[in-house]
Amino acid sequence: MSGATDSLVVLGGIAKQFGAVRALAGVDLTILPGEVLAVVGHNGAGKSTLMQVLIGTLAPDTGSIAVAGRDETAGYDVRRAHALGIRCVFQELSLCPNLRVFENVRILHHGLMGFGWPRRARRLVRAALDEIFPGHGIDADAVVGDLSIGQRQMVEIARAFTVTDQPVRLVILDEPTSSLGARAAEQLLRFTRRAAGRGISCIFISHRLREVLEHTDRVVVMRDGQVVARDRAADLTEALLVERMGVMADAAHAASTRANGAGADLPVRVDIQPTAGGTIRLIARAGEVVGLAGLDGHGQRDTLLQAFAAPRGGGPGARVDGSVAYVSGDRPREGVFPLWSIGRNVTIGLLRRLSRGGFLSPQAESATADEWRLRVKVRTPDMNNPILSLSGGNQQKVLIARAFACGADILLLDDPMRGVDVGTKQELFEDIRAEADAGKCVLLYTTETQELQHCDRVYVFYRGAITEEIARAALTEDRVLRASFGQTDDTGQHSGGRADAA
Amino acid sequence: MQREVASAGGAPASDADPVPRRRFSGRVLLPAAALAVMLAAIFVLQPRAMSYNGMRLLLGFSLPLMFAAMAQMCVIAASDIDLGLGTYIGLVNSLSALLLADRPLLGVLSLVGCVLAYAGMGAFIEARRLPSIVVTLGASFVWLGLALLVLPTPGGASPAWLSALVRLKPPLVPLSIVVAVLLALVGHWLFMRSSYGVVLRGIGSTPQAVRRAGWSLLTARTVLYGLAGVFGLIAGLVLTGLNTTGDANFGAPYTLLSISAVIVGGGEFFGGIVAPVGAVIGAFIMLLTGSLLSFMDVSTDWQLSVQGAILILVLGTRAFRRRRA
Repeated sequence: MSGATDSLVVLGGIAKQFGAVRALAGVDLTILPGEVLAVVGHNGAGKSTLMQVLIGTLAPDTGSIAVAGRDETAGYDVRRAHALGIRCVFQELSLCPNLRVFENVRILHHGLMGFGWPRRARRLVRAALDEIFPGHGIDADAVVGDLSIGQRQMVEIARAFTVTDQPVRLVILDEPTSSLGARAAEQLLRFTRRAAGRGISCIFISHRLREVLEHTDRVVVMRDGQVVARDRAADLTEALLVERMGVMADAAHAASTRANGAGADLPVRVDIQPTAGGTIRLIARAGEVVGLAGLDGHGQRDTLLQAFAAPRGGGPGARVDGSVAYVSGDRPREGVFPLWSIGRNVTIGLLRRLSRGGFLSPQAESATADEWRLRVKVRTPDMNNPILSLSGGNQQKVLIARAFACGADILLLDDPMRGVDVGTKQELFEDIRAEADAGKCVLLYTTETQELQHCDRVYVFYRGAITEEIARAALTEDRVLRASFGQTDDTGQHSGGRADAA
Repeated sequence: MQREVASAGGAPASDADPVPRRRFSGRVLLPAAALAVMLAAIFVLQPRAMSYNGMRLLLGFSLPLMFAAMAQMCVIAASDIDLGLGTYIGLVNSLSALLLADRPLLGVLSLVGCVLAYAGMGAFIEARRLPSIVVTLGASFVWLGLALLVLPTPGGASPAWLSALVRLKPPLVPLSIVVAVLLALVGHWLFMRSSYGVVLRGIGSTPQAVRRAGWSLLTARTVLYGLAGVFGLIAGLVLTGLNTTGDANFGAPYTLLSISAVIVGGGEFFGGIVAPVGAVIGAFIMLLTGSLLSFMDVSTDWQLSVQGAILILVLGTRAFRRRRA
């Protein structure tokens, strides 16, 4: 490998702590000019935090940053990173939907001003789009909010490669292909290769391992805020990579939590026909944890809401047998009562049972609160503390405890692990499994393939319908991903169902 | 099956609509058409209004309202709302009537102070991450209190140059129309054409994206509120010129009228979606409802209710259309 002076970026001993969570524990990373580098790892492994440090939106607690052989640690921020030619395409889109495509280009380029800037901006973004995604069909004057998600992603990627007064040296692509179609993804991957030929480095963050192996030079694996492996992509196989990421161990553990699939003799609790039709119905029995997978916004949440509405005389196509509780992962917006204590946040779901003669009994309230503190292990000395004194993960425990406590037969979990740290996540899944073993029926919607390992069965959604049902034993990340884009195995168990539809 | 996947392009919803609609021109066309219909109705009911002097009388008080609408639009561009604009205009009205004629230097200084206070309010909202609705509502009482302090009872006088200015009679077209066209052009250039205007609208929809691109949100919001302060200042001065006197309570109606004008003119409460040309048109629409009603022999007591109904109607139709889209 080349010496440090030839490197484009050298990160040394980067550490970052958020409260009690150590997001980065001394990461060293070198990026060479014209290199396509992959960074892989689980959600929560520290990839995003590291990238935020690299693009200057997050200052590390300790560590050094050098770009093109110069130490830039002092005063490193977004503007400096941009001036040095470091750009990022974010996972959650960072275009302004109210602005036109060329206006969004202007937002990125501070130097794009003065007479005739709209013309220059249009020309820049058209050229970049034409080069990266030939046949894209995007108008530079279109309002971004009117574009589809895939088109927006194309615009954002093209924008990152436009050059005005500042060079492009390194572009970070965070899950760039997840919302692009197959063709556009292919175009992008081919383009990064051409860009590398011109000396532009790319960092690829992706969960699609095959993509990573085929299209990158070097792979860096992160786990628990550290770099645990660096390999040349050519020396790796998918299996090796998965092993490095530590997936295997988890999978074995999760599988062992349930010896056999759900017994067919248990009563069916939920039977739903997703709104967009399709041939596969969602069926969940008592004692089961059923996963709803697929890309975000493909009908999973609608299906959960359908299940939630069904006992109250909801729409047709949904049959739900039993009482229902809903837990949202969007804690601040539809989860916690921010001004209330932890205990009150648990007991709100069962006030009738805690009241004596029309009045709430404080003793019963605090007894229930303490009971659940022990059962889901909320990290607090006192349930009377305000809910916001807890970390996000522990707040989520409280919300799940609320759902457990109200005694519903069916639990609808809507991306409940959002922003929950790994350890707490594990505890929560144990709690969920315990409830299922006690006869509850759990529907779990998650966008993180990792979490699906805790389910007995998984339904994959695509465009509002279910494309595939995958049993625990047959679950692989690859299969879920393919089904998320509407591609199913013809050898799969539901090929018969598709023949009916044809 | 395979072909369908290939052409899907990862775009779930709107592949069927490859040519994006031009939402913004539609935004301005609709209120413009509404204004044309209103004017036509007025001319039919009262043909004498269709003259130079008729138009002058009809549109006389559009001047303060269009500047108020532009001020309100600056704040709405940041997805904020300004509930203190009316009393601010009242404060400017009081200060200018009391000081500008007799003690011009002090008058100018106090008015500059007003604009700086407005810009400071924007900085404060951004720095402390406070809801604008609370801060501007609080500020509205401060403006009113200050206005009553300097001018406890209506009085003072407009400086001669100011009264003369708002009574200018340009050839062919009345002053208010000339000013409206100029204001619409300036607003359009400022927000829709200038390169910094893009940033100003950007913070109204996705502030974190703008921040990540290295812009200061503090500067942007300060600039927006500062602009609001300048347009509000002009509204207050014009009001002084038209009324030739000061009154702390003169400005009050302009808060809700300006918000209505922005929304009726095609702006949205959230998302940085504003239309400067539309805001000026909206100001005329809000003003002319009153005239139209009186020409139809409806009591002016109904004017406020009708203006409110228009606002609800516009918002309702928009929500309905969005649901269908």
